[in-house]
Amino acid sequence: MFSRTWQRLSSVVLGSLTVPTVMADRGGLNMTQGVTEISQSIFELHMLIFWICVWIGVAVFGVMFFSIFKHRKSKGAVASKFHESLGLEILWTAIPTVILIAMAVPATSTLIKMYDTTNADVDIKITGHQWKWQYDYLGEDVGFFSNLTTSKDEIYDITEKSENYLLEVDKHLVVPSGQKIRFLITSNDVIHAWWVPEIAVKKDAIPGYINESWAIIPEGEEGIYRGQCAELCGIQHGFMPIVLEVVTMNQYQSWLVDQRAGVEAEAAAALGDFSYDDLMTEGAEVYARSCAACHGSEGQGMGSVFPALAGSSMALNDMAGHIDIVLNGKPGTAMQSFSAQLTDVEIAAVITYERNAWGNDTGETVTPQMIIDAKK
Amino acid sequence: MTTATANHDDHADHGHHGPAKGIMRWVLTTNHKDIGTMYLWFSFTMLFIGGAMALIVRTELFQPGMQLIEPEFYNQMTTMHGLIMVFGAIMPAFVGLANWMVPLMIGAPDMALPRMNNWSFWILPFAFGMLLFTLFTDAGAPNFGWTFYAPLSTTYAPSSVTYFIFGVHMMGISSIMGAINIIVTILNLRAPGMTLMKMPLFVWTWFITAYLLVAVMPVLAGVVTMMLMDIHFGTSFFDAAGGGDPVLFQHVFWFFGHPEVYIMILPAFGIVSQIIPTFARKPLFGYASMVYATSSIAFLSFIVWAHHMFTVGMPLQAELFFMYATMLIAIPTGVKVFNWVSTMFRGSMTFETPMLFALAFVVLFTIGGFSGLMLAIAPADFQYHDTYFVVAHFHYVLVPGALFGIIAGVYYWLPKWTGNYYSEKLGKFHFWMSFIGVNVTFFPMHFVGLAGMPRRIPDYALQFADFNAIATVGAFIFGLSQLVFLFLLIKTIRGGEKATDKVWEGAEGLEWTIPSPAPYHTFAEPPHVK
Amino acid sequence: MTSKLPESGTQSGPKPSNTALKLVLAAIAMFGFGFALVPLYDVFCEFAGINGKTAGQVEKVEQWVDTSRTIKVQFITTNNDGMPWEFETLQEEVEIHPGAWTQVAFWAFNPTQNDMVGQAVPSVSPSEAAQYVQKTECFCFDQQKLKAGEGRNMPLIFSLDPDLPDHVRTVTMSYTLFDAGAFAE
Repeated sequence: MFSRTWQRLSSVVLGSLTVPTVMADRGGLNMTQGVTEISQSIFELHMLIFWICVWIGVAVFGVMFFSIFKHRKSKGAVASKFHESLGLEILWTAIPTVILIAMAVPATSTLIKMYDTTNADVDIKITGHQWKWQYDYLGEDVGFFSNLTTSKDEIYDITEKSENYLLEVDKHLVVPSGQKIRFLITSNDVIHAWWVPEIAVKKDAIPGYINESWAIIPEGEEGIYRGQCAELCGIQHGFMPIVLEVVTMNQYQSWLVDQRAGVEAEAAAALGDFSYDDLMTEGAEVYARSCAACHGSEGQGMGSVFPALAGSSMALNDMAGHIDIVLNGKPGTAMQSFSAQLTDVEIAAVITYERNAWGNDTGETVTPQMIIDAKK
Repeated sequence: MTTATANHDDHADHGHHGPAKGIMRWVLTTNHKDIGTMYLWFSFTMLFIGGAMALIVRTELFQPGMQLIEPEFYNQMTTMHGLIMVFGAIMPAFVGLANWMVPLMIGAPDMALPRMNNWSFWILPFAFGMLLFTLFTDAGAPNFGWTFYAPLSTTYAPSSVTYFIFGVHMMGISSIMGAINIIVTILNLRAPGMTLMKMPLFVWTWFITAYLLVAVMPVLAGVVTMMLMDIHFGTSFFDAAGGGDPVLFQHVFWFFGHPEVYIMILPAFGIVSQIIPTFARKPLFGYASMVYATSSIAFLSFIVWAHHMFTVGMPLQAELFFMYATMLIAIPTGVKVFNWVSTMFRGSMTFETPMLFALAFVVLFTIGGFSGLMLAIAPADFQYHDTYFVVAHFHYVLVPGALFGIIAGVYYWLPKWTGNYYSEKLGKFHFWMSFIGVNVTFFPMHFVGLAGMPRRIPDYALQFADFNAIATVGAFIFGLSQLVFLFLLIKTIRGGEKATDKVWEGAEGLEWTIPSPAPYHTFAEPPHVK
Repeated sequence: MTSKLPESGTQSGPKPSNTALKLVLAAIAMFGFGFALVPLYDVFCEFAGINGKTAGQVEKVEQWVDTSRTIKVQFITTNNDGMPWEFETLQEEVEIHPGAWTQVAFWAFNPTQNDMVGQAVPSVSPSEAAQYVQKTECFCFDQQKLKAGEGRNMPLIFSLDPDLPDHVRTVTMSYTLFDAGAFAE
């Protein structure tokens, strides 16, 4: 009944709707298919809608370009007078409606799956801070901060950029494959958003509220997946990435043990001896990572918004106040409390550094023991 | 106009003297043509200022790494670019076109409330002066995005946020007064015989847009007032510490924000609906359907706002509702596109500059509409939200969408305003440069967004570098080509081939029955419309 | 130009003073509506259980305990920006039957040199579970004042309404501690 041409044409059209992988991952042109069932469903939805739009576009623009070519005055076209048709209006209202309903069905079922956080095996609380992520493994006594490790030198074109420029952190979020992981997401200050494209998890981190999301990364998909903050959160919004490291269940269990041991080791280390030079070296590194964003790489501050540390009376005179403000922050300002996110050694080191760098030269050393005492 | 006794009607002498001389003419004018002109020049200036900010942004994004500016200033540029383009360029341009053309199209001597009209305009330079001045303060301009989510824009905002709030209030008052003026004018001053269903589509779309403005600008005023209260008066609308909710901000903002984007496109739909029939020499296909489709879009625009918030943690039922409602908007929008194409079909087309911009609008706005439909699919939106895919979408609907609509309107009506034809060669050159520029800038953003590049970042990972470089080149092409437009406008105002009353062979409507250039006062006697 | 405006004194239409009066009354009415929204919102949010906000304090009543299922209830604590207190849950999770009254405790400690006031704000996930959380005693109802160096245990007595939907098997109760010095009562 239908000519061969129509048959070929319709098989091409229908074929393209059911073959989602044609445009897959073509060198940064398309969305990732990801490594989870959900990310795959989303990718397929994306391609389905995309191809529907392409074919509608081809049809509509086809008629339009045909008309532009044929119905031009310079080719002698004479204008018709028709200007309405109820039948056509009904037709081109009804057909899009049907197409939309067809799109809405798989979209609904995927969304329902994305909302089902029940029966999780692992619960991880994710807290967004300006400008880093904090991870707490509920019930495992493991928690840490995760900071960008790309150096300022790379950012300011002084040294060459590494392969994972802006997408590398000091501590990865390690999770087991084959387990249902539930993410509980909140924020310490402004709204952030936690996003890892390969597992198709994106959720806003809202201060005072808890959001949840989940993912199962199948066994066999172990690896490193990188994401970024996805909600404008201030100056360093582009500089607080996420690195998700998926390992086998066994590796995950060992890693948890190591983490707990590491915390104990750090606490023990704080009781050891530290030379002035050790503290200054470590302090410089901690400063660059945790303080320079606001207080400036030379301690110069930023106008009236962030106070300078170079030459400040607190850095030169008020040791107790200096320790207190780093430990507890300053309410009502952007200066946060660092007691939870830096170890006693790191805090001692950075305060020592701040009191001696940039010409401050107090000659004072702040030891980890002094920090432990200040916390009591 | 010397002595005025109690009984002497000075009014009758006005027309013989013409407009006042010097700057006070412009300060005190109540003439819709003067006010329209001021709005248009104001918006064009703001286009260049907002455009310069965009070029600063795109220059920084030309390569990975920070070369030009600091992240702090980058956030100010992106924020101000958005605010200036939305509130300073697109919206006032449409108001300018409305002021010029609505009275002419309905056969009215002026707008219904001419003094309020003057005030609506003059608020704007002050509002934007205040906003732009914050760039030169120590704390810097607003840096929290044009969508200014709390608490980044409340607890964590720079001190300029207060000036920002006052600026928004002023712009809002300007828009509300302007919208009331349009509604009253259209309802009361149509020439006898011009029923609602005989009005030109541009008048219809502005009529509907005016209702949207009146409905939602107060909501914007409400949300910035709540911000002001939170910042200065110890309330906690958006602060969980006091029992408030940052997400409340988003709901109230987007309740304004979504109708706002339809406010920015509906008049363009109207302009294109005037231009295509003229240059196809064929009546608009499906006039009634176009009116119903526009009304449906306007109504639907009120119930879709949370599609900007799909990742905020809404309950499932709410998320599904907003997905379905958003998808529905595709239907009346599609109907309009089909009607435009049907207008062209079996017409007798010529391709002067207004038609080129109008045709580019149909194609490129539709592409923007397609990416909008993709965004509406909530599960997929989890991968698109806050990426460059969204940036690509809204720039397609706003730049080759709304802005091309405005430019098309300016070319279309310029001979009527100035009495001179513009140079077709220059116009076409402007068109092709803009068309190429706009696509080279914004099409790669689809790819880079799908590949995972977030929005509002001053620096990016290496895999996004190539498309960013291409987009920057496109931005400069597009930006520089607007200088051609400026040159053309000034040249045309100063002189050129004289335009006839009708200007265009296929033009229909009351505005083409008066001389070109349009006299200072028109339709003192209302025409009779059959 | 000849004016076609009606001569004054023969105007048809409403008198300006009537319109002005109606507009003023409308403005007053809307202002009152703004105030009325406070109780109206309370009613609506409680009805819809939205925002993960739990209802206020309830009376402890005997209720049917659904022994056919257990729900895992997790507790999370977060300190908001600039809030340096220690704030911990003393039990990370409990398994309870819907309807059973349960008591848990939290620890808060002020390590600074200043007296401070804290406010804990609850949030429940999944948000649909919020309307089924019933509390008779919660430290989140009141501001908590801690002197410099002071700490204390804070109780929470709650139950889950037996009407809790079947598909909800884990409820996470999150408390964010804010510095309420600015809002101190």
